[in-house]
Amino acid sequence: MNADLIRVERAFGPVVEGEAVVSKEGFSPRYDLDRTTGVISKVGHALEGVQLRDKILIVPTAKGGVAAGWAFLDIKDKGLAPKALVFGKTNPVMVQGAVFADMTITEGWSPDALAMIRSGDTVRVDPAAKTIVVLKRKT
Amino acid sequence: MMQLTSEEQAMRDGHRGEAVRRAIEMQIKVGEFFGASRFVPVTNVHMMGDIEVMGDVGLRFLRETRSDGARCVRPTTTNARCVDFAHAAQLRQDAGEVAKEREVIGCLRDMNVATVDTCINYQTVYQPHLGEHIAWGDTGTVIYANSVFGARSNFESGPAAFAAALTGRTPAYGFHLDEHRRGTLLVEVDAQLNDVADWGALGKLVGEANQDYFAVPVFTRVDRTPTADELKHLGCSLASYGSMAMYHMIGVTPEAPTIDRALGGARSVPTMRVTDADIESVYRRYPTGDGTASVVVFSGPQLSLLELKTLARLFAGRSVHPNVRVFITTNHAILADARRLGYAQTLEAAGATILEGVCFYILQRLTEIRRENGWVNLISNSAKIVNTITAHRFRTILRRTEECVEIAVRGRLA
Repeated sequence: MNADLIRVERAFGPVVEGEAVVSKEGFSPRYDLDRTTGVISKVGHALEGVQLRDKILIVPTAKGGVAAGWAFLDIKDKGLAPKALVFGKTNPVMVQGAVFADMTITEGWSPDALAMIRSGDTVRVDPAAKTIVVLKRKT
Repeated sequence: MMQLTSEEQAMRDGHRGEAVRRAIEMQIKVGEFFGASRFVPVTNVHMMGDIEVMGDVGLRFLRETRSDGARCVRPTTTNARCVDFAHAAQLRQDAGEVAKEREVIGCLRDMNVATVDTCINYQTVYQPHLGEHIAWGDTGTVIYANSVFGARSNFESGPAAFAAALTGRTPAYGFHLDEHRRGTLLVEVDAQLNDVADWGALGKLVGEANQDYFAVPVFTRVDRTPTADELKHLGCSLASYGSMAMYHMIGVTPEAPTIDRALGGARSVPTMRVTDADIESVYRRYPTGDGTASVVVFSGPQLSLLELKTLARLFAGRSVHPNVRVFITTNHAILADARRLGYAQTLEAAGATILEGVCFYILQRLTEIRRENGWVNLISNSAKIVNTITAHRFRTILRRTEECVEIAVRGRLA
């Protein structure tokens, strides 16, 4: 098996390439993100202080709320959006929000993206092919 | 690929205008993501739409949709919003954003939406029946509808619920289908749950440990009949911590007369047990800093009339400590009745602020308001709000209702 290839179960959106931000903690734009700066602001979040703009966010789960439905288009409009959201397990709100914002989103992975990809790696997400490829490892 | 009826195809072809075409196109993409094969008609829509979450781009979207002549074709109501116009200036919310919030409300009303501004529509506006397909947002409304009423909804975000209101349908995936409504996890409740905060703590324990939209916990051995407000706090907490949209409770909820029925034939599922000690440990785990209280919040979800009555009894004849602010949120209908019955006056005489049509954690400009007031510790009896408000950098602490009132009066946690 190619050690740099991950297959995803479900996917939507355009092909994107960018720098990965990887966390073992779940994500909600409502609970965790300062939507005026694009920085994770929840005290004690594994990514506290990390800027998400133009990143490819890779997290195991979606947290809570319906806010993401509007929030993704809003942060995209403000130029603060990540390029893609890669979830182990997501919920419909994240998908609805990503579709509304025309933002790339995937769910499910094999092998485990959290084990394969590190923050700072450059990856390509291809929703039509249902793949994530590591293009360049962080040195 | 989703099978479309001729009516759905006509919408996709733009026969009902550009806004409806965009709406059904979005719904098809979401449906295809989840492998839906068809749409289901819905009877009722509840949507989140406020300027804090939708931003300028969301308002532009609403203006465009209105210009296109779009109208909701199903009874459609709104969730709690980010401004209580009577308190906006006192809270120092942005006048510009407040004006935009008024415009959001106007746009929605023009498109046939009843702006009731509540996250407890299921207690005050509409109670769907067993098997009824609906499109609701705010997760707390969805989990209550699926679990307690046996109605069928996924989490529908603002744009998704609005799309359902325009097209009259939603893609048939997730909790619209029998296969996803079966229990996936047994929870043996071996704890006394005497306060809504205890039920929220139960939701936190189960939700945090099993974060999965498609996880459906089945609560067994609940030794008494819970009240609607208790089930509300349990559900809101499960949805918040676990992203869950449904639970069963044996002998309580309609699709769970027995464990077998709740599990839908599944032979073995994981089991967890929650004891009094587990519930107590939830309360103990919150760091409390220097122990002073800044704000005590009864919100998330909005309070029912009976919750307001209880709080009025607890605050009657007492005074909130001068260094503490107490905020209570409810909806327009309940506040009107609470005034008629005198509960609101009792609470305000004690020094509490009652906000209507909002929820505390979604208030416009909350991060700055927190900073300007030097608020640090936020104490609440809502397990949901101590989780949802965290992006605003409060230090949140869950306590039982009576303890919250004592803290508000004393000004300190202990």
